[in-house]
Amino acid sequence: MGKKDKLSGEKSRNASSDYRQIFHEVSLKHASRRRITDKIISILAIVCVIGAIIPLGSILLEVIKNGAAVISIQFLTQPPGSIGSDSGGIGPAIQGTLITVGLASLIGAPIGILSGIYLSEFAPTGSGKGVKERAISFFANTIRLFNDVLTGLPSIVIGIVGYVTIVLAINSFSVWAGAFALSIIMIPIISRVTEETLKLVPNSLREAGYSLGISKSKITLFIVLKYAKDGVLTGVILAVARIAGETAPLIMTILGTSLFFTGLTGPVDALPLKIWRLASQPYESAHAFGWGAALVLILIILILSASIRIIAHGKGIRVRTGTI
Amino acid sequence: MSSSSNEEVTSYSPGWSNVDVNKMLAPATTQASIKLSIQSVNAWFGKKHAVKNVSLDVKENSVTAFIGPSGCGKTTLLRCINRMHEMTPNARSDGKVILDGFDIYDKSTDSAMIKRRIGMVFQKPNPFPTMSIHDNVAAGLKLNGVRDKKLIRDVVEQSLVSAALWEEVKNDLDKPGMGLSGGQQQRLCLARALAMQPEILLMDEPTSALDPIASSKIEELVQQLKEHLTIIIVTHNMQQAARVSEYTAFMYLGELIEYDQTKDIFKNPHKELTEKYISGRFG
Repeated sequence: MGKKDKLSGEKSRNASSDYRQIFHEVSLKHASRRRITDKIISILAIVCVIGAIIPLGSILLEVIKNGAAVISIQFLTQPPGSIGSDSGGIGPAIQGTLITVGLASLIGAPIGILSGIYLSEFAPTGSGKGVKERAISFFANTIRLFNDVLTGLPSIVIGIVGYVTIVLAINSFSVWAGAFALSIIMIPIISRVTEETLKLVPNSLREAGYSLGISKSKITLFIVLKYAKDGVLTGVILAVARIAGETAPLIMTILGTSLFFTGLTGPVDALPLKIWRLASQPYESAHAFGWGAALVLILIILILSASIRIIAHGKGIRVRTGTI
Repeated sequence: MSSSSNEEVTSYSPGWSNVDVNKMLAPATTQASIKLSIQSVNAWFGKKHAVKNVSLDVKENSVTAFIGPSGCGKTTLLRCINRMHEMTPNARSDGKVILDGFDIYDKSTDSAMIKRRIGMVFQKPNPFPTMSIHDNVAAGLKLNGVRDKKLIRDVVEQSLVSAALWEEVKNDLDKPGMGLSGGQQQRLCLARALAMQPEILLMDEPTSALDPIASSKIEELVQQLKEHLTIIIVTHNMQQAARVSEYTAFMYLGELIEYDQTKDIFKNPHKELTEKYISGRFG
């Protein structure tokens, strides 16, 4: 089987067709086993998907089943009645969630987006040998590291930070503290997503902008960011949905009350907090309210995502599903 | 092109104080004056010396072609002319490029200002995807602060006419720029560059991504545009250089081997290397 002179004429042709024969036989022998393995893996994959969906599906079903019974106008708008009674509602909690999440987004989204823009456009990794470029590079890499670390920070720790900085400073549990804590969670997420999305913008667009003598900031805002707005908005939605459900940071910052909103420097209630407190009470009616509140929270997040998508669609932005 | 658009174009000169717009729109001069003088330009990518001490003078209202095999530095040299080269990370250059008696590499020069006077068309058409056809052409004007909407519309029309695209898109100015074919997109990018009323137009292999029919349209445009502009075109297609240019510079491994009138380069090259490249013995 001429291995040495593989390429020489007839010998190689024979060798080649011998190899072909061998491979063919081997392949035939394993054909049926291959088909069975293929089928098994396919079934396994489908089973795993179903397994992944079941917990999610069952949670949703439980919430809808138990919560739907409690929903009413009174439930949605009234303050809570005395503990253990089934009058009243979770009005303040809904209002508090909307205000706190709204304020946190107003603080967190611009800072996160601008930070992402800086990391992507003004301080890209590597490159540049000068002292100034090295310093900027080091600074930017530090920010990136902090972003990665902060996304994994336990939210209770962030709550403590909010407590120590704002609550103690103004001597009261407040919306500011809650919004501040939630924005700390938002900023690294949005910053990272914005940076990654902007990096995906093809460089030819920037070059076209430069060749027209347009300044870098205008290129970044009106050409690059405009191109990437789908991804950036998706990142913002993800971050908002995440903080809407955070409980730990709120425990130590907004306190939770049974009163409606009284001012940004006063305490306020929020849905995740309310759900936790209701679940901790020993009364049936409280638990029922808790399910209702859980359903309301899920619905709010759904409505929020959907309405942002609708608004964006109206402006020609296509929000992507799933993570970036 | 209506005469009214001439008058209005003049009125937005403040930012373009060095451009004599009326002269630009006048018929070609017969004098072969020097528009751009490249003097001892070197360019590096990190340690790689990509352009080695190149000097040449570009005549006004002419088409000059840079030819040479891949990697010879012709595109890098082109990008040194409008100071795009230094925007690449790790890239640097030295030497002088004199435009109308004024060194564009002078420390006091605003690099963005240069790019408004020296336009560029890239190899792969790159219209702004988020903008309509009208906005694409107007992008340079709008983002440089021009506010007068009527003026912008007139300049957009004038530029699209100069780029031979007006008839095809005049009813679709609000449609997205990306919806056009490759050849049309390249003409759109040309119109976008022309809207800035540049004095010099740099073209980096503008037809290499296009089909032959679109390519010949671009070549036709180059011939028409040279009456008002000075054009430098990088091409790896020798026949295109022969068709389109009056002067040709042949580069090899970063050095300028020969620079002469096109007819002399192709019929009577002085250097052996040039002769070898022209006759296709390497490249």
